[in-house]
Amino acid sequence: MNTKGYVHKYGDNVDTDVIIPARYLNTSDPVELASHCMEDIDKEFTKKVKAGDIIVGGANFGCGSSREHAPLAIKTSGVSCVIAKTFARIFFRNAINIGLAILECPEASEKIDNGDEVAIDFDTGVITNYTKGESYKAEPFPDFVKNIIKSDGLLNSIKNR
Amino acid sequence: MAMTMTQKILAAHAGLDSVRAGQLIMAKLDMVLGNDITSPVAINEFKKSGFESVFDNEKISMVMDHFAPNKDIKAAEQCKQCRMFAKNFSIKNYYDVGEMGIEHALLPEKGLVAPGEAVIGADSHTCTYGALGAFSTGVGSTDMAAGMATGEAWFKVPSAIKFELEGELRPFVSGKDVILHIIGMIGVDGALYRSMEFTGSGLKSLSMDDRLCMANMAIEAGAKNGIFEVDEITLAYVNERVTRPFTVYKADEDAEYDEVYKINLSEIEPTVACPHLPENTKEARELSGIIPDQVVIGSCTNGRLSDMKAAAEILKGRHIAKDIRCIVIPATQKIYKDCIKLGYIDTFIDAGCVVSTPTCGPCLGGYMGILAADEIAVATTNRNFVGRMGHVSSKIYLASPEVAAATAVMGRICDPRDVK
Repeated sequence: MNTKGYVHKYGDNVDTDVIIPARYLNTSDPVELASHCMEDIDKEFTKKVKAGDIIVGGANFGCGSSREHAPLAIKTSGVSCVIAKTFARIFFRNAINIGLAILECPEASEKIDNGDEVAIDFDTGVITNYTKGESYKAEPFPDFVKNIIKSDGLLNSIKNR
Repeated sequence: MAMTMTQKILAAHAGLDSVRAGQLIMAKLDMVLGNDITSPVAINEFKKSGFESVFDNEKISMVMDHFAPNKDIKAAEQCKQCRMFAKNFSIKNYYDVGEMGIEHALLPEKGLVAPGEAVIGADSHTCTYGALGAFSTGVGSTDMAAGMATGEAWFKVPSAIKFELEGELRPFVSGKDVILHIIGMIGVDGALYRSMEFTGSGLKSLSMDDRLCMANMAIEAGAKNGIFEVDEITLAYVNERVTRPFTVYKADEDAEYDEVYKINLSEIEPTVACPHLPENTKEARELSGIIPDQVVIGSCTNGRLSDMKAAAEILKGRHIAKDIRCIVIPATQKIYKDCIKLGYIDTFIDAGCVVSTPTCGPCLGGYMGILAADEIAVATTNRNFVGRMGHVSSKIYLASPEVAAATAVMGRICDPRDVK
């Protein structure tokens, strides 16, 4: 499994309130949620994001509320993967459970810049930065988690058990 | 193998003799919780996956607290969806308007969580119940759906940070000041993926309300859970409310901790977290130049009876400053009634505050106290992220009920010992 796209870069502690503000949580419709994705940190995000694009954050990405609406909004907006130095633990869980690819990679988080063109090989965890001619290695998922992703989410993995 | 308190509870719920940090386990759950925002997503997933029954209709709680009483038509539809689901599956602990309170004040009050139990909730502040000596953690809606169907959840066993508390809190200093001090010290990701275990001789100066407040904000340090050693204070609280048997777990003496912090409670000052992260802490006295537009006293962090008492004692016989709006929200119906009996509600209204029925409303910028552009709030809530309580240019200072009430009276951020 591979993906390739352009990077939208943010800093440390991107919280779920800026990913999807609570004023929009009166719906669970993924498309409506995606139309407000990142609104309070980057007003232009929904206009410029294209299918396959990649979000790169710093430390503690997705901190705050447990709202699954946050990874859902990111996934539905077309983002193929989020790379960060570290993820807040509930966001990490939620992303896996709904099938949004995420990778922890401090080096990539540091070196990739906004607008870089980046490719990811999920099997090897190798992140290639075409713009800079560099590559970085992310921690691969443990098998338990790979199985959830392979089953296309937690609930399918339970049903397949 | 020596285990932390959290590891012992997880091992017991996974049916294992012992577990170690980093191990992936499947654990049985004693309670699965959701609210009016997270449950609809869980219900959609539950239905989409074709589940036809819940694992135990007495071990699921749904509380309509975030946008209830319904703030708009969409919120009303979400509550309706939860209500229908609860009816269809005979969910015993479904709490709607009239019975509901803010979930993390309500569940302990109703005796729905006991020491040694394992709880997941589709709300990040589910970590509150660690105050009771339970393993309790926030998850997302898909985990909630899976939990409702199977009564199980997967966990990566966390390592832990130990906080040895000693000394005792001084007057006008409470659990909120302690946890803000700790988050200021270790940072918003200082306990990422880990447990925060609270122990030591200082525990006896912390009431259950102090502990619930502290465990509540463990997530603001990135922790998987916060957990308190069980003592007489815990047991006195639990025995009044819980009738089923439960097990008290204690960390092994030689359990391994990533870090150990000693905290002298008698040195803690009234502490405030400045915009836009809970780690930006300062002493209240350093912030007397900040003039807020609104004060909010309530939430799952500080909406309990001792919080109301602390605020009422400062507001009694005084009036809030001109140009300040002060919103007081007792967290449950029982707390509300107790406030009426004890005369706190009269005190709040006479002081110029407005008192609301229980709701999470303003804390997450839902309703009942949204901020306009550039407005400033001092709130006893738990997050001061950008736009959390309204306009993206508004600002939130997090504080204790003592500091919030003192601030409302003086019209600027104020140490409660300096109120005139």
